[in-house]
Amino acid sequence: MQLTVEGISFRYGKRLPWILKDVDFTIKSGQRIGLLGTSGYGKSTLGKILAGYEKPIEGKVLLDGRALDDKGYCPVQMIHQHPELAVNPRWKMRQILYEAYTPEEKLLQQMGLELSWLNRWPRELSGGELQRFCIARALAPETKFLVCDEITTMLDVITQAQIWQFLLEVAEKRQLGMVIITHNPELGKRVCTDVVRIDELGT
Amino acid sequence: MRSKRTVFENRRIQLVFWVVLALCYLLGIFFVGLGVKESAYGICFEDKFLAPSLRHPFGTDGLGRDMFFRCMKGLSTSMVIGILAAVVSSFLALVMGILSAVLGGFVDKFINWAVDLCMGLPHIVLLLLISFMMGKGMKGVTIAVALTHWPALTRLVRSEVLQIRSSLYVQTAYRMGKSPYQVAVTHMIPHVLPTYVIGLILLFPHAIMHEAAITFLGFGLPAEMPAIGVILSEAMNHIAAGKWWLALFPGLLLLTVVVLFDVIGDNLKKLWNPQSGNQ
Repeated sequence: MQLTVEGISFRYGKRLPWILKDVDFTIKSGQRIGLLGTSGYGKSTLGKILAGYEKPIEGKVLLDGRALDDKGYCPVQMIHQHPELAVNPRWKMRQILYEAYTPEEKLLQQMGLELSWLNRWPRELSGGELQRFCIARALAPETKFLVCDEITTMLDVITQAQIWQFLLEVAEKRQLGMVIITHNPELGKRVCTDVVRIDELGT
Repeated sequence: MRSKRTVFENRRIQLVFWVVLALCYLLGIFFVGLGVKESAYGICFEDKFLAPSLRHPFGTDGLGRDMFFRCMKGLSTSMVIGILAAVVSSFLALVMGILSAVLGGFVDKFINWAVDLCMGLPHIVLLLLISFMMGKGMKGVTIAVALTHWPALTRLVRSEVLQIRSSLYVQTAYRMGKSPYQVAVTHMIPHVLPTYVIGLILLFPHAIMHEAAITFLGFGLPAEMPAIGVILSEAMNHIAAGKWWLALFPGLLLLTVVVLFDVIGDNLKKLWNPQSGNQ
């Protein structure tokens, strides 16, 4: 499968400057592209457009040549920098995790998620634990591409390593395409198959 | 750890206990008041200005009427007005808050302008004007109290809906293929409902106080009707003459009712809030 971005431009308001201008970008299944660049150059915005959170003002996002459907489960899922914002604080973890699909217990074990945590509220878990829940939640069978927006930036090094090891394993097994947004060139080199600088995309 | 605690040390159970106790007390007053017959507080000149005794727990007034039953009757009238006002006002607030947040643009501006307008005027002046315009009495008071308690709750509902609409987890739910209906039922309503219900409960004491206030000032319920406002304003004439029970008991009763509604509202807030719900 192939996810393509064709000549997209984006800005957050009519009078605001363009954040992305005429950006072309392609990613294939199994590819892991690291998206590097300075803050404010639109890395996250590009990620949000890929995953359908924002609509580009010009240009299109195509999955195997067809436009992404607004309805139904989006095969491009995004994992965010702040997991505590990506979960409903009024829901227990069980409801949050099972929102899209019912993950196997094996997957939870692999990720180091304890079953007893399912009865807790999000604020009773740490950031790393929450992030692992968010990752498990995004790994429904229909997911073909993953956009990871600085997903381990706020975690300690050991948790970072655990999460990436697991994610790479899954990505390899399921031939997921991944867009990995990061500030950390070392991480980019370590986990990505290709590295792209955001300011080199588009014009 | 948790299993070693006794039942009464659990804060959750304590809160529920207080809420139930307060509810019992309020419902008790409400139904006793509704059931009181007019003869129970009839005029009896032989019993003028009796101090509190077993036969007349709250004493009697200048016409020999039993103050206990007048207070009960008055408070339950106040509660009926309070319920009506809270239901009407909170419904207005819910509809306007949601419209304002969902439609945005001109509607949002207009509703905000209306909220500012109503909040800018002193509340009691607005109440007096509406009550006076509607011909005072039960009708005037009810309409006035019902129509003036929506602005604060409207703002609250609006900001809650706005906040959740733009929240990451709602957007993520859409990306997971949830329909707007599913999102509204599973994410939005559970988010807005506690705020709404607690707002509704906390409207009660306001409505009751305002009813008593405009009646006290003579723009509300007629003098022959037993109402806390009427009782208190009559009591003002006798307080210098040492008839302390005329003001003390009705005042205390009004205060307890108002405080208890507040207790219920605050405790429900604590129980419902995920920040404190599991403590």
